[in-house]
Amino acid sequence: MARFLVRRLLTMIPVVLGTTFIIYAAVYALPGDPVQSLAGPDRAVSPAAAAALRSHYHLDSSLLVQYGHYLSGLLHGDFGIDFGDVPVSSLIAAGWPVTVRLALTTWVIQAVAGTGLGVLAAVRAGRFPDLAVLGGSTLILAVPYFVTAYVAQIVFGDRLGWFPVSGVDAGWPRSYLLPALCLALLGVPEVARLTRAAVLENLGAEFVDTAVAKGAGRIRVLVRHVLRPSLIPIVSMLGLTLGTLLSGTILIEGIFNLPGLGYQTFQGVQQHNGPVVVGISTLLVLTFLFINLVVDVLYVVIDPRIRLD
Amino acid sequence: MTSLLSAPEAASASSALEPVPANGPLRSLLRRPRFVFSAFVVVLLCAVAAGPGFFAGWFGHGDPHACDLDHSGHGPTAGHPFGYDIQGCDLYSNVIHGTRDSLGIGLLTTAVTLVTAVVLGCLAGYFGGLLDLLISRLMDVFFGFPVLIGMIVVLETFSVHSVTSVSLVLALFSWPVLTRIMRSSVLTVRDLDYVVAARELGAGHLRILVRHVIPNAIAPVAVLTSMSIGGVITAEASLTFLGVGLRAPAVSWGVQLNTAQQYFTDHLGLLLFPSLFLSLAVLGFVLLGDCLRDAFDPRLR
Repeated sequence: MARFLVRRLLTMIPVVLGTTFIIYAAVYALPGDPVQSLAGPDRAVSPAAAAALRSHYHLDSSLLVQYGHYLSGLLHGDFGIDFGDVPVSSLIAAGWPVTVRLALTTWVIQAVAGTGLGVLAAVRAGRFPDLAVLGGSTLILAVPYFVTAYVAQIVFGDRLGWFPVSGVDAGWPRSYLLPALCLALLGVPEVARLTRAAVLENLGAEFVDTAVAKGAGRIRVLVRHVLRPSLIPIVSMLGLTLGTLLSGTILIEGIFNLPGLGYQTFQGVQQHNGPVVVGISTLLVLTFLFINLVVDVLYVVIDPRIRLD
Repeated sequence: MTSLLSAPEAASASSALEPVPANGPLRSLLRRPRFVFSAFVVVLLCAVAAGPGFFAGWFGHGDPHACDLDHSGHGPTAGHPFGYDIQGCDLYSNVIHGTRDSLGIGLLTTAVTLVTAVVLGCLAGYFGGLLDLLISRLMDVFFGFPVLIGMIVVLETFSVHSVTSVSLVLALFSWPVLTRIMRSSVLTVRDLDYVVAARELGAGHLRILVRHVIPNAIAPVAVLTSMSIGGVITAEASLTFLGVGLRAPAVSWGVQLNTAQQYFTDHLGLLLFPSLFLSLAVLGFVLLGDCLRDAFDPRLR
């Protein structure tokens, strides 16, 4: 286990360096004035703000020195400053509880609905529930989730008044339920499809026949003998959907006005506040890498057969 | 989303080996309503993208830029089946004209991705060694970005937001998925008897790759392209809707949704009609991809 951990951590170093360098290069090393490109073409940057940004990002030093400063800043929790001289880290500090709440709520919905529908489809394979799940998930994938989010907001929030339309004033779970449902639509089809495949495979296994022959009840066979070995691929899929989920928060929090990290990014784009977009995106990328690491480790803990090479 | 592609990445490697009976898959495809429907949608949309003027004029108001602010946000009337947008332009004609950029980005991005995947996949899979190590590590780096977030960062700092530049950025973050599949597919082909035979006969690397390896290794990647087009179209719409993709005066479904986003509550049509076309296009490409995969890549069924 220790060797696996060390090796996994070592492979993460080039990835962290690579991703941060790509972000860095996209922003500061492309031809043109980085301060102006962060502000967008139509915006005049005050000389004071420009000077502050220049000194903050060491834009007058050489490329590698700049990147070195940027990287050591990241390690110290410095994600840059915006055009109002506000550190992006303070925006992050204000926003992360909202995003974590939204992400966890979404994750639970995804896990429960995805595995539930997947098991249903597998048990009734080829019949109506199966076809309905398959057709439904194809449709869900075809309609962009931000459209679904707007329609849900207009129908369930505005017209029917079941949920608050915007903000977090109603607290958890009321304010988070509708956005989380919309966001979960991104992952549910994939989790359901994977669960269906895994459960179908295990349904045909000999140990299931043995359990049935022994006289175990339907539910017990399903939960103990079919679902349990199916969990491994499902867990890893739930980890993978986190990438989609993280980027999904940007549009969903923007649409529902949830003041989290995604909302800050959304606003940053709308107001051409480049440093905010870049800083928070960097944090999201690093979070994604960290969660992937945790999922990989969990994977080995859950299933000892998966060893290290 | 690009996530449509992630599921079958591992499964497809050795399927390239199974012979596909001549004529068989196509004939069985034509018997499936799903295929006929999706192929019809895709062909129709491509026709619309190629000549939007012809389709836009069906109701007599084909010019997307003939606008009258008096009609701002009005609902459907005679000659204007979708009503008007906020600027008072005919919405139907705008949506029809939006097909070109949305589809164009989907096709261009997927073409660039496919070429990159074949070239890099061959280099990594066929030659192996240091080259393979470099390409694989580079893929790992790009897999480190959550979908869309890398694209948002790069596009945010881009000053040009044309079809070409947006496509290139989308391709920059979507090549690793197909490249990984291509690489593993090439790995299974490169040591097969006929490749060894060609090598023993003295064929050069280029000839072996072009004549023997690529034709036999490309199937798993090729069947994914249609699905990838669907994913790219959604990604473009999301980015443009957010404000980092295409920008007005470009006309795409994403741009229409972006410019109208404050008015959705009062003018539902501004949301419904562009997204209807968007969803139909994605559905068409994804279903088509599904059918192609079922027909040509039986292992994934």
